[in-house]
Amino acid sequence: MSLQVMSFLVVGLTFALYIGIAFWARTGSTSEFYVAGKGIHPVANGMATAADWMSAASFISMAGLIAFLGYSGGAYLMGWTGGYVLMALLLAPYLRKFGKFTVPEFIGDRFYSKTARVIAVISLLVISITYVIGQMRGVGIAFSNLLNVPISIGLISGMVVVFLYAVFGGMKGITYTQIAQYCVMIFAYTVPAVFIALQLTGNPIPQLALGSTAAGTDTYLLEALDNTLVDLGFAAYTSLSGMSQINMFLLTLSLMIGTAGLPHVIVRFFTVPKIRDARKSAGWSLVFIALLYTTAPAVGAMAMWNFVKTVQPGEVGSAEGNIHLDNLPEWTERWQQTGLLAFEDKNNDGRVQYYNDENEEFAAMAREEWGWEGNEVTTLDRDIMVLANPGIAGLPNWVIALVAAGGIAAALSTAAGLLLAISSSISHDLLKGVWMPNISEKNEMRAARLSMAGAILLAGYLGLNPPGFAAEVVALAFGFAAASLFPVLMMGIFMKSVNKQGAIAGMLAGLISTALYIFTYKGWFFIPGTNMLPDTADYWLFGINTGSFGAVGAGINFLVAILVSRVTAETPEHIKAMVEEVRVPRAA
Amino acid sequence: MSEEKNSQHQEDRRNYWRTNLRVIFGCLIVWALVSLGLGIVWAEPLNALSLGGYPLGFWFAQQGSIYTFLVLIFFYAWRMNKLDKEFNVDEE
Repeated sequence: MSLQVMSFLVVGLTFALYIGIAFWARTGSTSEFYVAGKGIHPVANGMATAADWMSAASFISMAGLIAFLGYSGGAYLMGWTGGYVLMALLLAPYLRKFGKFTVPEFIGDRFYSKTARVIAVISLLVISITYVIGQMRGVGIAFSNLLNVPISIGLISGMVVVFLYAVFGGMKGITYTQIAQYCVMIFAYTVPAVFIALQLTGNPIPQLALGSTAAGTDTYLLEALDNTLVDLGFAAYTSLSGMSQINMFLLTLSLMIGTAGLPHVIVRFFTVPKIRDARKSAGWSLVFIALLYTTAPAVGAMAMWNFVKTVQPGEVGSAEGNIHLDNLPEWTERWQQTGLLAFEDKNNDGRVQYYNDENEEFAAMAREEWGWEGNEVTTLDRDIMVLANPGIAGLPNWVIALVAAGGIAAALSTAAGLLLAISSSISHDLLKGVWMPNISEKNEMRAARLSMAGAILLAGYLGLNPPGFAAEVVALAFGFAAASLFPVLMMGIFMKSVNKQGAIAGMLAGLISTALYIFTYKGWFFIPGTNMLPDTADYWLFGINTGSFGAVGAGINFLVAILVSRVTAETPEHIKAMVEEVRVPRAA
Repeated sequence: MSEEKNSQHQEDRRNYWRTNLRVIFGCLIVWALVSLGLGIVWAEPLNALSLGGYPLGFWFAQQGSIYTFLVLIFFYAWRMNKLDKEFNVDEE
């Protein structure tokens, strides 16, 4: 069977499965629509949360990111998993005890203020909409690069499927589909990883293989990779590179706090029956996330090793050391057609040289000694590190088809969670909470479905016509989540003294300082050329990268909220009593 | 509820919350020491040691921290579910 037919078959089967689940899990009440009737088993909820959390970026791009960053890529691994500890210890059980439907609802009630609730809705919308654009792009990339279907057709079929199960099924439909999507995703991710680990080291478990010796030698894989990269003028794989230590520290912390403040993930802990389930469910989420996140470093390092060894099979600098253009393996042709990989024979020797020509000393030496005229791998997109993996390992077509289905599952499951967060904040927080308090349950459901449909159309439109700054905005989403939502949620539970004025001032200070810092270096609203200072380490405040600023924004939020609360009216008694109630699972 | 019973109840609540804060604080110290400490701040000296083929600092940054996070969350859930029973505030 041809790859094309096989891919359509596998992706078609998964779509049929999702639609079947959607039909089975139709919803009737607002409680089922917003929080699945609070009846999801903690293990099932953990699996669904894992699918919700792991986006197209986790599935397609993360291993590639790690492959190029090496050790420093750990910032993303630790940041995106460490946030779950904060969520499990500081937020999940209390927000579940509070027992309402949305994150802004808690902020509005705890700080007895509609203004606070509206600010929370605004940051939720900014975070979720920027995030959902990336998912829609992910669906498009999976379709166009793996199935050879135009992005528009891929995107529209994705939108139709999400529409079916999200609009009719709400949180209940989304949760059960996400469980199926998690299974597709993790299978698609680990199968190629296991085969590649086996080929390179003889050990089938990727997490162990990365610490093993390369097959047929006594040299550890990481040591061999370090040596080869250094021979080519790059930094050693296991050493700090690409960012300073302080930026790695702050980036990790910002991603941790940002993860814990992402509303579409927090709301998952509203769906379990009991508080003890909320505590455990965060752990189960991390179990299922860790399966992929501990495999990713192995996939990244091994893909890098495979790529370098493909281009440089022999000794560095020897005449025959580099691969001849005519001998490039078949998978490279496929990826050259997509534009994600490109070669240019700069010194006309008929062979490909891949090395770090930005390392001036090394480049000068290579020119003089070996006649290398620059890095000849002119495009090497990080996404192909995962997408091309089955091809590199020579795996059968059904595995390639599976990776396509996995990438699409990752993007759809995250998109659905975000779309639910968007629609419930509009129908529940803005409509019922602020504008039309007397709306009936039936009308609220109708509004929720309508805003969900609207959100899908908007996300699809932005996916088709992506704003030029799509990649940059993701940093903004995490920065905002860290600087606005997490601190007030935490203070709402742990500090009774923080009042309405404090929370509003804190959120605004966190949001504005983070936005200003990012816009100063990236341009106002990301419009190129409007940046006030060049985006280089020399100009950053204390050398802090814009992506690492979220932790600082969170600190500003905490500080301002506490100071303002000190000089304004005390928190009313009934709010203090409410916080007391949230702190214990059951009144004794 | 009598005056005396009420103050006893208040006292229990305070103790429950204080114990909770202590457990959270302990867990977060481990959380920060392992990831931000062993994985970043002290990674370079730690890389002199190795775990199989992994330099140790590198292992903490890309594997060990994640396993530690898992243990922390399940430990906290277990400890708090026990504490809920001790203070008779668990859900039936």
